[in-house]
Formats: sequence, C-alpha cells, structure tokens
Amino acid sequence: MSTQKPIADNLFTWPSDSPKLIGSKDTETGRYFFPAKNSNHHEKVELSNKGKLWTWTVQRFLPKTPYIEQVAPEDFKPYAVGYIELPGEIMVESRLVGIDPKELEIGMEMELTIEPFVKNEEGEELLIFAFKPSVN
Amino acid sequence: MTDVAIVGIGIHPFGRTDGVSGLQQGVHAAKEALSDAEIEWKDIEFAYGGSSAAGSADTMVSELGLTGVPFMNVSNGCATGGSALLSAYTTIKSGQFDIGMAVGFDKHPRGAFNADPEAAGLQKWYGETGLMLTTQFFGMKIQRYMHDYGITSDALALVAEKAFNNGSLNPNAWRRDPVSKEDILNGMMVSDPLTKFMFCSPAEGAVALILCRADIASKFTTKPLYLKGAAFRSRPLGSFEVFSPSLEIERGPSPTVGAAKATFEMAGISHEDIDLAQLQDTESGAEIMHMAENGFCKDGDQEKMLQDGDTNIDGKLPVNTDGGCIANGEPVGASGLRQVYENCVQLRGAAGKRQVPNNPKTAYTHVYGAPGISACTIITN
Repeated sequence: MSTQKPIADNLFTWPSDSPKLIGSKDTETGRYFFPAKNSNHHEKVELSNKGKLWTWTVQRFLPKTPYIEQVAPEDFKPYAVGYIELPGEIMVESRLVGIDPKELEIGMEMELTIEPFVKNEEGEELLIFAFKPSVN
Repeated sequence: MTDVAIVGIGIHPFGRTDGVSGLQQGVHAAKEALSDAEIEWKDIEFAYGGSSAAGSADTMVSELGLTGVPFMNVSNGCATGGSALLSAYTTIKSGQFDIGMAVGFDKHPRGAFNADPEAAGLQKWYGETGLMLTTQFFGMKIQRYMHDYGITSDALALVAEKAFNNGSLNPNAWRRDPVSKEDILNGMMVSDPLTKFMFCSPAEGAVALILCRADIASKFTTKPLYLKGAAFRSRPLGSFEVFSPSLEIERGPSPTVGAAKATFEMAGISHEDIDLAQLQDTESGAEIMHMAENGFCKDGDQEKMLQDGDTNIDGKLPVNTDGGCIANGEPVGASGLRQVYENCVQLRGAAGKRQVPNNPKTAYTHVYGAPGISACTIITN
C-alpha cells in the first residue's frame, strides 16, 4: 500500500479515526473561517463533520490547470460539488461523493469523508476531503 | 456642476476575429467613436481604458496618435469597462477636463477561463482539486435560488432563447442564430442546472465611448445622451461569490444590490422610469437573479415575467436587447461598455430590427463579475 498524505497541510486532521476540517474562529467577532486564517486573533478550531447540503452542481467537463488529475478528457468522470452548512459554524465547499448526482437534494444530511485523489510524483497518494450522505 | 454627456460611440464586432489583436479591436472602436462624435484624437483631453487579457490600453496611443494625452489603464476584472466609464465621468464632473474617452477591449482563448488560486488570494489545493471553476459557482448559485424561489429550468431556457433571438437581430453579435427552447434544455449539461446554451463564452470585442461636459455636447451631436448615474461596489459580508472555499451561514446582499441602489439615488429616478435594461447574463440564471438584485422585481417573480415575455424587446421591461453576454460572448474588459453602447443605440432610436418601441428615454446597465464586484449606469436622452 502506498503512502498517503493530505493534499495540503492544516486542511483536515490526519491521520485520525474521526477526521475533521480545520478552520479558525475570530476571537473578536466569533466568525468562523475555512480554511483557517493565520492571525493573532484567530484560534484554530476543528469544524463539525456533519451538516446539510445547501446547494450543489456537477462538474461535467475536465477542468483546465490548475486542476491536477491527469486524465484524458474522454476518460474524465464528472464529479459533484456543493456547499455543506455546518450548523452554527460556516458553509464549506466540497466534493460530494457516495451518491448519484441525480439523488442530490438541498437539505440532505451529509458527513465528512477523506478520499484518495491522485498520486504525486513521489508515488504518494494525495488525500482530499469530501462529503457523503450521512448513514443515519 | 455640469452633467456628463455621451457624444460618441464605437464598437468592434464581438465574437472571434482571427488575426486582429484585442488592442487593434480597441483602436477600431476608438476610431469609430471619434468619427461618430465628428472629432479627432487630438481633441481628446484624457482617456481611461483597459482589458483583462489583451494588453495595456494606453499603448493605443501609438496607433491613435502621440498627442501626450493622459491615458490611464484600468484593471478591474469584469468591471474594467464600467470602472473606466466611472473614472471618465468623475474626471469630467470634477472640472479637470471637458472631453475624454473610455475604452474597453479583450481577446480570450477558447474555453473556460483559467484560474490562479494564489493570484486570487487562495490556497493551491483549491484549484488542484477542481473546485475553482466559475461555471460551478454559477450552477450552485442558481440551483439554490431555484430551490428558494421556485424558478424552473424552463425559465433558464427562456432567457437563453431570448438572448439568441436578440443576437440574431444584432449585426455586431457573435451568436446570430436563434436556438429553440427545446434545444437549449436538451443541450449538453455543463454545470447543473445549466446547459451549454445557457452560458456565455469568453470571446473578443471592443467598445469606446466619448464623454464630455453636457453644456458642450451639442457641438458634437444632435442627440446627446446623459450619464445620470454610475456606481461601483465590491462585495459586502455574506454575499455568495465565485471562488469561495467557504461562505457565511448568514446570507447577505450581493454587491449588485448596493451598486444598483447607489446608481438610482445618484440619478434621482425610480425603477418605473427605466425603459430597458442590460443586466449581466454570464449565464441564464444570472440574468434572472440580477432582475431582482437590481430591484426590477421581487425574488420569484421572474418565472411569470419570462413566461409572459415581459423582458422581450416588445415587453414591459426589455432586458439584454443586444443578446447580452450569451449572444455576444464575454470579452471581460469590453462587456460593461457593450451594455452602455447598446443603450446609447437604443436611446438614439438607431437599433434597427431590435429597436425597443415607443421611443425609450431611460436605460440601465449592470455588470457583475469576480471576485464580487458590480457596476451600474443610468443613461437618459
């Protein structure tokens, strides 16, 4: 099994049995930010791993750079994208997995998952965050 | 303080013009505007201009003439043209100069725009993982809006159908063939719920306008038009904008709401006075949402308005009479000025087959773009 690592540092807690997105909270205003902001009045926070689908679409054509998946346009598999409302915190933009886009509905319960994305030049598998329908 | 008049207009046809650079298209539009005002480049006391991908506007002096004119470059994304116009307006209002030019042009490669996360203040992973696409944003914004206000895909198709119909009546448009509502709905899905016919494409084109003090306008034209209001806003907290890895849960107004309000206040007129409007239609859903964001209807009213043909050329409030971005494409630096150009043509009564009936007197423009900017104008005759 190849080594796995998050596509970027400080994006989500990893390795972890219960990974969370890493955001920050402005200690002056109470506003949440994702990704986390580096500032002397921001504290790092682990965001809720469950939320509701606020809106969605499907990416149906192969994106140009800076997209890094190496694939021929005819082999490209469309992927769903949406915003998940994490209650009391913030809405985060994310890939949506584990569901046929035809079944997506605004308001449905979603939960965080960490998914393999592509391999880098060193053969390491890069991990991204995504949301999938909640099981319960 | 003097009012500001528009006394000359020029355009280079939109679409694809192989072998002609964006700058050359800008020069073409500038010369046409000078000729329209029956003046020469040496009469121009100042100029503002810009493009997003086709070079610096001020280098046009090597084609137009080395008169020493102060020519300032404007770079403001989709509001480049609008910002050039607003700058020209303010310059004349201030009394610094009496007559000048605003010009916008562009030339983009085919296909969706390339985005650079770091140039937009974002982290690399956002682009690398395929989240940084304008098309996704447009799909997601209208998806939520349809859910909240009962707008249907049928309405999205009606907007595009109207754009192609109007474009077919506009010799300067890129897309000049009508496309049926059924073909629009059955077109390739790009970003749900938007099909390929509902999106505008990056393109080429240029527009130039000559502005002057209103009290000297009659020297240049028998039909001066007056720029009564012009305002620009960036995004307030809580607006839903392109390239947002996260959004505030508490939703707020878009930058359009603020720009529209400021423009109406500046002009001192109400929405009922507007005879026609050019509203940013990057895709069908944008035109629908912008009808409400600019205050021309309530959220959700657009469905019936479109079904009733209210925004057709012969409707109660004609919208995007030249075919908008959908039929003209989006040369970023030129789009905002194209809208003003079209309003000038309409208010002069010179729009031919696409002329809005009953002698329109007051016209509105609205441009919107990344990363959450909006500029509006009101022009009267």
